[in-house]
Formats: sequence, structure tokens, C-alpha cells
Amino acid sequence: MQPLLITRFSIANCLGAGTAAVLEAVRAKRSGLAPCEDFHGAAVDTWVGRVPGLEAAGVRPGLEEYDSRTNRVAQMALEADGFSAAAAAARERYGADRVGVFIGTSTSGILEAELAYRQRDPATGALPGGFRYHATLSTYALGEFIGRYLGLTGPSFVVSSACSSSAKAFGNAARMIAAGACDAAVVGGADSLCLTTLYGFKSLELTSRHPCRPFDRERDGISLGEGAGFALLEKPRAGAPADALMLLGVGESSDAYHMSTPHPEGAGAKLAMQRALESARLGAADIDYINLHGTATPTNDAAEDQAVVHVFGASTPCSSTKGATGHLLGAAGVTEAIISMLAVRHGLLPGSAQTRSVDPALKSNYLLETRDARVRRVLTNSFGFGGSNCSLVIGDARVH
Amino acid sequence: MRAYIEGIGLLGPGLRGWDESRAVLAGAEPYRPARTVIPPSELLPPAERRRAGIPVKLALAVGREAFTHAGRDAASTPTVFTSSSSDGAILHEMCETLTTAERELSPTRFMNSVHNAAAGYWSIATRSREPSTSVCCHDASFAAGLLECAAQLAADGRPVALVSYDEPYPEPLHATRPITCEFGVALILSPEETRRSVAAIELELRQADAAETRLADPGLEAARRGNPAARSLPLLAALARGSAEEIVLKYVAGAHLRTRIAPCR
Repeated sequence: MQPLLITRFSIANCLGAGTAAVLEAVRAKRSGLAPCEDFHGAAVDTWVGRVPGLEAAGVRPGLEEYDSRTNRVAQMALEADGFSAAAAAARERYGADRVGVFIGTSTSGILEAELAYRQRDPATGALPGGFRYHATLSTYALGEFIGRYLGLTGPSFVVSSACSSSAKAFGNAARMIAAGACDAAVVGGADSLCLTTLYGFKSLELTSRHPCRPFDRERDGISLGEGAGFALLEKPRAGAPADALMLLGVGESSDAYHMSTPHPEGAGAKLAMQRALESARLGAADIDYINLHGTATPTNDAAEDQAVVHVFGASTPCSSTKGATGHLLGAAGVTEAIISMLAVRHGLLPGSAQTRSVDPALKSNYLLETRDARVRRVLTNSFGFGGSNCSLVIGDARVH
Repeated sequence: MRAYIEGIGLLGPGLRGWDESRAVLAGAEPYRPARTVIPPSELLPPAERRRAGIPVKLALAVGREAFTHAGRDAASTPTVFTSSSSDGAILHEMCETLTTAERELSPTRFMNSVHNAAAGYWSIATRSREPSTSVCCHDASFAAGLLECAAQLAADGRPVALVSYDEPYPEPLHATRPITCEFGVALILSPEETRRSVAAIELELRQADAAETRLADPGLEAARRGNPAARSLPLLAALARGSAEEIVLKYVAGAHLRTRIAPCR
């Protein structure tokens, strides 16, 4: 693919709002996970990566109808790292209708529906009058909110392919730009904690009772998280910042195996990584770090490990950062893409928070400690229910 | 952006497949509204055939019809799935369960609640490891899916399948989002004209308000307005008539998709 400039990115999750807070946490291997307590009466024995302050937040005046936990955390990220100002500058440069908006989410406003169901009219069963389907529960609500928040009117939709959603949104944006439908795009995603995912992953016996421990010999499940992240993608242009990062490749595949269990040898994951390298016209040796999907379930990590070793061999440094952030589901892809951008820009290989001892059955070069290193290019993996896989390659513009 | 339509799949109220519906859509036969009939999917193993929700069944049925019509191999064709919402019946059931003291969700229902359930089952059923994306755009979901297909054709130059589907919510959600019928449509699109091509389609995203194309028949027009996937009906009617026509599909943020259909000879 034609490489695209990443001229701004922003992030908010349990590690903090803004890339500085997240960078500091990743450097220090600090985890934002805590026991799940006092969340709308949830009684699930698990740890979560919860964003503080969302209950007291609101959305910007004029957009009150979009008020939902997911849109609040999205707004938190839009206001971090000067992102909304950068989007405004892109709007000026290209025109509002030439900047696309491609956003991933898995839950959108499901929490608001759960809460509305607690207040149904006892006589008629109706939802309370204040419930706004189109601005909260609708899967597109997040995309519409972001488009209106940033004043962008270019091509737009929401991608909802479970835990690969916001990684795949990079692919959608790259295709739209290649096709000439827009010149730049805001990509990213947001997801928030809700009872559906807490009880749903519990029902599948996929939640850990401890902080999740990716690639650990004692790993026993995921920790859910919440958050948002955004990136501004632009066609290469003169006058771009010298230290800009680039989206170099996107690889997508389907497992064709099972709805919630990955292919045991990671067949779909291999294809996604290989296609991402092909799309970037790079070889495995060109990748300095792999940010793994690494959910910390026994089967997911084992399948991903096999796929990574098949494509890269056993020496490329890799780690999952979900021990720090938890699993952000639809927002996981962009969150980890941004951690990958930080790894390139600041020259660090993130160590795995919460992991104590790497499972000896796993053969990849898994990083327990954060190290300083020259990182030119990173590959980041996101895999979701339905066997939906996506790998992104991100690099330093100066190398290309 | 230009593409060629090679295959069509269709299920809707009183519309039992593309071939069966052509005369009605062309206006040669009267439209008789009736409940959408979704045939059991031969693509799914029996256990999954029972478990699969209406969106999955709809998507698989129209996808299969379109691929059969096009004579293309589903396993080697990328797909774009689009719907306004995920499985509404499951969402309703989960929200109800979460108001009970036990809150015991069914793991199978939870797994099938993801927006990309149809894409997942399609990939399993057709053994396709090709890229697949699942998008949504409220009432403009069909237009968004079509636009994504056009972008894929332009960027990758490979055939792609579009599958668009939506179903009504049960109450109390129905009152807040009234979708009135089950509707599914699939199109196989290719970058170049082949001997299977039915029509050429040209797409242009325009940033201006324009009146969206409506249907003359009041029953079909009611279906069009009653389901986001049925916003495709004016395009299907043009294909059924086999005439060169321009159709306006409403998009989001005040934009529209200007679509020109020209039959292939």
C-alpha cells in the first residue's frame, strides 16, 4: 500500500489521558488494572482497567444527546495530545468533506441500554423517555459523535468486528484514501466497560480472577479494560513534520475456524501478519518489535505464539501490553497501534506488565522488561471473535 | 469509482430471492407484501443452523444466492458485511438477563452478539480466510458498505462481495428504533467486466443534499423505509428493469451517493 503519514495521535485509558501518561506507564511497566468494584452492581470476581472520572464527565455542550460512557472516553482522547486541534487543522487544509472518519467499537452504547432496561415502565415495558437509541446504542453512534465533534463530513462509518475493530479501521481509511474518496482520515476507536462484556466473557470462562498475565505459565484469562485512541492519517505531503510516523502496511484475514476460539496453529493470524508485511513490502527481518494481541487466555496466546514464530522465527522481540491496559476490545487495536507508535518515536521495547514467568511452551522472544532500543518498524496484532484478524505495520517516516 | 455487478442475492417481505423478485421489482407484476421467508441455510452444520440468529441466516442466504448467481468461488473472495445493528433479539435477551439477580448470560448468545457474527459464520461456512470487514452506519449502512466495496475495488483491484442485512428489534427496543421487516441483499462486485456482468455501477460521493430515490409502489417504498438494508431497493429495481438509471442513496453528514447503473449487454 501507499504509506500514509500519521501526523497526530491521542489516547486515553486506565493508564491516563494522553500519550505522556501512557508512555510513562509503559516505561515503568506500571499496570492500571484494579479489582472490579462498584461498577453498576457488577459482581464479577475479576480485575479491570477502568478509566477514572468517567462517571462525573459529560460530553461537550451541543452534543449532549450523545452522552454515553463510550462517547465520554472518546471525548477524553479527542481532547488529549492536541488531537482535536490537529483535526481542525486538517479540516482547514483539506476541507471538512475531504477528511474521513473510520472508527472501531464493539459495544458502543450497550451500557446505556443495560441501564435503561432497569428503568422500564412497569405497566408497558417501555424504556425510559430519555433513552436515545440513535445517539448511544446504535453502533454508528460513536462515529457520528466523533464526526460532529470534529466537524468532519467526509466518508464515515463504524467498523465493528469485535476485538479487531479499531485496527481494521486503519485499513478502511487507507483504502478510502487510495480510492480518492478522501485525502486524510481520523481513525481509531473507543469501548467502555459494561455488564454485557463483564458477564459475557465470564460466561465463556475467559475472565481471570487476577490481573491478566499475558504469555505467563499461569495465565488464566483476560482483564477487561476501557479507553479510546485516535490517529490522523494523511497522504504523504511536503511540509509534514520531520518526526512523523507512518502507517506502512495492513494485513487482514479470517480464521474460518470458530466464533470464539482461535485456530489452534494461528492459521488466520499468520496470514494477517504475512499480508501486512506484503502490504508494507517488507520482510520479517525489517520488524524490530511485535506488539502482540496477547489476551492472556491459554489458547489465544499459544496460537499467536505459533503464528509469530512461523512468520518471524523466535528472535524478534515481542510483548503484549494488555497487562497494563487490560483488553480494550474494539479499542484494543488502536490502543496498541499507538503504543507501537510510542515505541518507535521514543525508542523503547515495552516489557509485559503483570507477567511473572514466561510459559516455557511459548517460543517467541517475549519481553518481560522494558528496554531502550532503536525501533524503526513495529507490527501490531489484533484478533477478534468471528475469527477476524488484523495486523498493522507502523514505522518511522525518516526510514522510508 | 466504477464496478461491475456479477451476482445478486435478495430476501425481503414478499421478495423470495432475486430471480423470483425481478418481475415485481421491474413493475411487470404487482408487489404483494408478505413476511420475509428465510430458508434454512445449507451452509451451516445442523447445530449451528439451530443456534444462528436471523441476521446470520439472512446474510448467509443472500450471500449464497449472489455467489451462485455470479458463479464465483466464495472461499477466495473478500467480503464486506454491513448492518445497522447486531442481533437485536440477542441484545434484548442479554439486557433482560442483566436486570435479573443471577445475570447469567448464555455463552453462545454472547459469542453470537458481536456485530461481525454473520461474517464469522460466513468465513467458517465457506472456508474463506480472505479479508472481511463488518461496518455499520445507521440508516446509511447499505450505502456505507457499497462505498467500502468501491474503495476495495479501487485500492486492491479484486472482486468483493457486499452483504447487507437488518432485522426488526423486539420491544421495547422496537419503539426506539422501528425497523419493520427483515431484509437482506448481496452483490458480487468485480473491477472489470466479465461474461457474468449484469450491470456497470458508478459511484460518486457528493457533499450536498439531494432527494433520495424512492419507489413508485407504496408497498415497496414502505419496505425501503422500514429497513436500512432495503435502502438498496431503488438500485435493485433499476437492475431488474435493465435500464440505465441514476439513483441517489442518502449517506451521512448531509452527503449522498450518486449511483449510475448501466446494463451490460
